[in-house]
Amino acid sequence: MNLTRLTAVQTAAAIASGEVSAVEVARAHLDRIAAVDGAVHAFLHVDAEGALAQAARVDAGELSGPLAGVPVALKDVLVTKGIPTTVGSRILEGWVPPYDATVTERLKAAGLVVLGKTNMDEFAMGSSTEHSAYGPTHNPWDLTRIPGGSGGGSAAAVASYEAPLAVGTDTGGSIRQPAAVTGTVGVKPTYGGVSRYGLVAFSSSLDQAGPCARTVLDAALLHEAMAGHDPRDSTSIDAPVPPVVEAARRADVTGLRVGVVRELTGDGYEAGVQERFDECVALLTELGATVSQVSCPHFAYALPAYYLIAPSEASSNLARFDSVRYGLRVGDDGARSLEEVMSLTRAQGFGVEVKRRIVLGTYALSSGYYDAYYGQAQKVRTLITRDFTDAFTSVDVLVSPASPGVAFPLGAKLDDPLAMYRQDLATIPSNLYGGPAMSVPAGLSEGLPVGLQVMAPTMRDDLLYLVGGALEAALHDRWGSPLLASAPELEV
Amino acid sequence: MPEITREQVAHLARLSRLALDDDELDGLAAQLDVILVAVAQISQVTDAADVPPTTHAVPVENVTRPDVVAPSLDRDAVLAGAPYAEDGRFRVPRILDAE
Repeated sequence: MNLTRLTAVQTAAAIASGEVSAVEVARAHLDRIAAVDGAVHAFLHVDAEGALAQAARVDAGELSGPLAGVPVALKDVLVTKGIPTTVGSRILEGWVPPYDATVTERLKAAGLVVLGKTNMDEFAMGSSTEHSAYGPTHNPWDLTRIPGGSGGGSAAAVASYEAPLAVGTDTGGSIRQPAAVTGTVGVKPTYGGVSRYGLVAFSSSLDQAGPCARTVLDAALLHEAMAGHDPRDSTSIDAPVPPVVEAARRADVTGLRVGVVRELTGDGYEAGVQERFDECVALLTELGATVSQVSCPHFAYALPAYYLIAPSEASSNLARFDSVRYGLRVGDDGARSLEEVMSLTRAQGFGVEVKRRIVLGTYALSSGYYDAYYGQAQKVRTLITRDFTDAFTSVDVLVSPASPGVAFPLGAKLDDPLAMYRQDLATIPSNLYGGPAMSVPAGLSEGLPVGLQVMAPTMRDDLLYLVGGALEAALHDRWGSPLLASAPELEV
Repeated sequence: MPEITREQVAHLARLSRLALDDDELDGLAAQLDVILVAVAQISQVTDAADVPPTTHAVPVENVTRPDVVAPSLDRDAVLAGAPYAEDGRFRVPRILDAE
């Protein structure tokens, strides 16, 4: 039995039945990481000692639950007590957090085994993981290509069998676009569904942590383990977690009304992506769903609204990196003032994309421009939300391609910020609205994975799993295997 | 619409506490101009005039808790992550001009 090829469900069952120990499972994944991560670079930090200690606790019966003993990788934006957290930035290099994020804490308490921290675009700003200060992650399907971003490390870790599960965060698509281009499942839960406590803030009104997995059911189990009300996050929703696991198991779309968003197809989407998407939509009809076209006219303005709102919030959030409380300090020679030291530290500690967004956000918030940019973007956000709520009076879920194209070559869009920003075309509307959305594998184009996006009303995360589960099962039948089975073997 | 000058970028960098060199300022001015032209499209949304702005995705009300002392992070553990600490405090560069 190759322990790294099992799903999370199979792994948990094998551990629970005593067929394998959690320590054996952890060792198998640490070995896999040692063998392939030199080529993939999904991890920024591997915590072998901590993983084996946690696995031993599961084997000793101290921790139990549906995912007890299952390894998980955490995006390096979630703070982890005693384990370095860099957010992909030099400014936090070497910082060891004194506490755990709520997500970290919940997963540990549920017996999951944290393998380490995954690579990401610095402060989650990017769509390719090339903006990591520690070098890019490579797509396991083709090591010369990007794994998506900002959570490329989490997606690549799952796709390369380094971990069956990973946690990502999604501000404008950073879970879903990497899932799409690596042939994995990625979910952005309803905003407020998963605690943001201990998640290093990029854009607080949009940031949301969620699961990355190889199957829809595995994602649902991780979703359930991390979600739920947290008094330490004042935006956390005080309501029961939607029944995502039950929905993933039922996986039935009979009678479900599915809307294809007219504004998220056609222009700007690669032909191969569009073809796979259209096939999946036809398949949903075969499976008993009622499919119709839906128009969301303001989605065309989601991208510009997002690139005003997110940088504005970032310019404020990142002010905390002041060279005093954590991380880097540069130029403190006793002669320079606090302001000079702060400015030198931030100039050296932040990378080019982060600086670009801080300055852009500062501009959008400055007097004289505020109403035309930030204020107008917030109004457009209201109109985008209305497009969603109007659409959901006639359909249960919306669908679109998750990413406009397949994984592009490393370096291809690095010098063209706007081209990079357009990767988030389809994923951004759900962040602005706050509703949940999923990317599920839809097939291949040019030998590379394509993702289908499902979007649902707020707190109806279960609907994503209903559709994703049904589609996954039907495509699996058609292909005779999961999509990832057609990924090339990595040299070991 | 936008035509952002190098001087404006230098001012914004100062406000953002970023000590950017001349090359960075030139590069940023050119890129920001392109980005701002693209995002300025939102001015075309004419039906936004009477729409209330959204500040948050889900309606949130102030969340309060009883004002009682509860355990918080250990001081030494927090200071261990600081670039410089002294006598149980964060040490900062001078904030007043020297005599």
